[in-house]
Amino acid sequence: MFTRILNSRIAPAIVPILILIIWQLLGELGWISSRTLPTPLKVAEAGVELTKSGQLFQYMGSSMSRAFIGFAIGGGIGFLLGLLNGVSQTANRLLDSTIQMVRNVPHLALIPLVILWFGIGETAKIFLVVLGVFFPIYLNTVHGIRSIDPGLVEMAKVYGLRGYALYRDVILPGALSSILVGVRYALGFMWLTLIVAETISANSGIGYMAMNAREFMRLDVVVLAIILYAVLGKLSDTAAKLLEQWLLKWHPSYAKR
Amino acid sequence: MQTAQLGARLLVQGAGKQFGPKKVLDGVELHIPPGQFIAIVGRSGCGKSTLLRLIAGLEEPTQGAVILDDEEIKGIREDTRMLFQDARLLPWKRCVDNVLIGVKSGDKRKALEALRQVGLQDRAKEWPGVLSGGQRQRVALARALVGEPRLLLLDEPLGALDALTRIDMQQLIEDLWTEQGFTTVLVTHDVSEAVALADRVILIENGHIALDVAITLDRPRERDNDFVYFEKLILDRILERDRNAQRKESTYSI
Repeated sequence: MFTRILNSRIAPAIVPILILIIWQLLGELGWISSRTLPTPLKVAEAGVELTKSGQLFQYMGSSMSRAFIGFAIGGGIGFLLGLLNGVSQTANRLLDSTIQMVRNVPHLALIPLVILWFGIGETAKIFLVVLGVFFPIYLNTVHGIRSIDPGLVEMAKVYGLRGYALYRDVILPGALSSILVGVRYALGFMWLTLIVAETISANSGIGYMAMNAREFMRLDVVVLAIILYAVLGKLSDTAAKLLEQWLLKWHPSYAKR
Repeated sequence: MQTAQLGARLLVQGAGKQFGPKKVLDGVELHIPPGQFIAIVGRSGCGKSTLLRLIAGLEEPTQGAVILDDEEIKGIREDTRMLFQDARLLPWKRCVDNVLIGVKSGDKRKALEALRQVGLQDRAKEWPGVLSGGQRQRVALARALVGEPRLLLLDEPLGALDALTRIDMQQLIEDLWTEQGFTTVLVTHDVSEAVALADRVILIENGHIALDVAITLDRPRERDNDFVYFEKLILDRILERDRNAQRKESTYSI
């Protein structure tokens, strides 16, 4: 009975559910003051209330659109530059050391500068997300292309594959598993950057909701915001995993598990 | 593909290849008539794979020339196909799509027909990752032959296979060669494989041709006394040199 539950699909949910129950009990018994941490039910109530007023979806919408616009721009640039530097030695010599130098600056350290440049509007936050997402995708694309089996490239040459056909049939699929690792890292960086950026300066979004609630001592809303970030992070990671399973279905270690 | 096509005539004229200061091949002269099955044997590092890469157009000779039907080989040619030791299938393409790489017109029926010839038509939709080593090599063979090459180059294609699969593959290669009549160059370090398959065996030592024997056995070949005669003839030639070398440098151990 026990082993059956432990091996079933719901097994990963057991620990979070237990934590929620204990948290609720400790709150009800007064062991945790409601001024330190509201109980899960209170947080859920806040969620329902904000959903009814429509604010919750509005905040989530603006956070998600920032995240994905930033991801598309940063990921796109990272992928193209990675492709260029992976294929061409000359481009790599010219560009890579500069990119590595910029990479070593923590991008969140640029927040004061970014605010001075762009104000606290959308551009500033998207810019930071772009920076956060760019490097993992760039690095893993270069690495993926570099680690393609040279035997396969030679084979492709013997069979007359050149230019776009070589790229489509050999280089891109060969680098894909590494690129997708980059995507998963990038998604993590994407939420992290966004949380910090929205917390420091924003007039909409989940981070704004949390900071606003702090002013009114609405601890339940603050906790709700944190949970929302966790859920969104988990969702995008799951999406990346599904993408891996779909794109790498030929790969023995990614085949249905 | 049933019509017997004429193989290419191959002429190696004083070809040599140097990597830095090291001469890997030096003034190799070779004339291979159309449709001949020739095997090149030798110890590892003797230059036999380099000779094959020159013929394939993957490397350029530093001296001399390699000529295919009166035309000097400069780079990769469409009528030349190569089978590598590892099958080199694209793991992200199903078998039939891997074979399709060899089809210029992109006609899937041709790819399926080639798979049928190597006896793998029912695995056409599989990923290469789930096939055995021998099956993968057969898919690679189908990919090489589907373009109807006039010259087939085999770079120790059976080296990584187990003994039984190897015999099957030898049979398959011999059958397809008899049927289609392409010129074949097989590089191998297995002398008995060379004697089993080739019309003619060349031994390369230190970048030179040391021995050139015509194997005058009837096909299909049996491992009888005559077979052993040829095998011993070539092996003795390879090993004798080794014994001399060993006497000179007694510290050298196997």
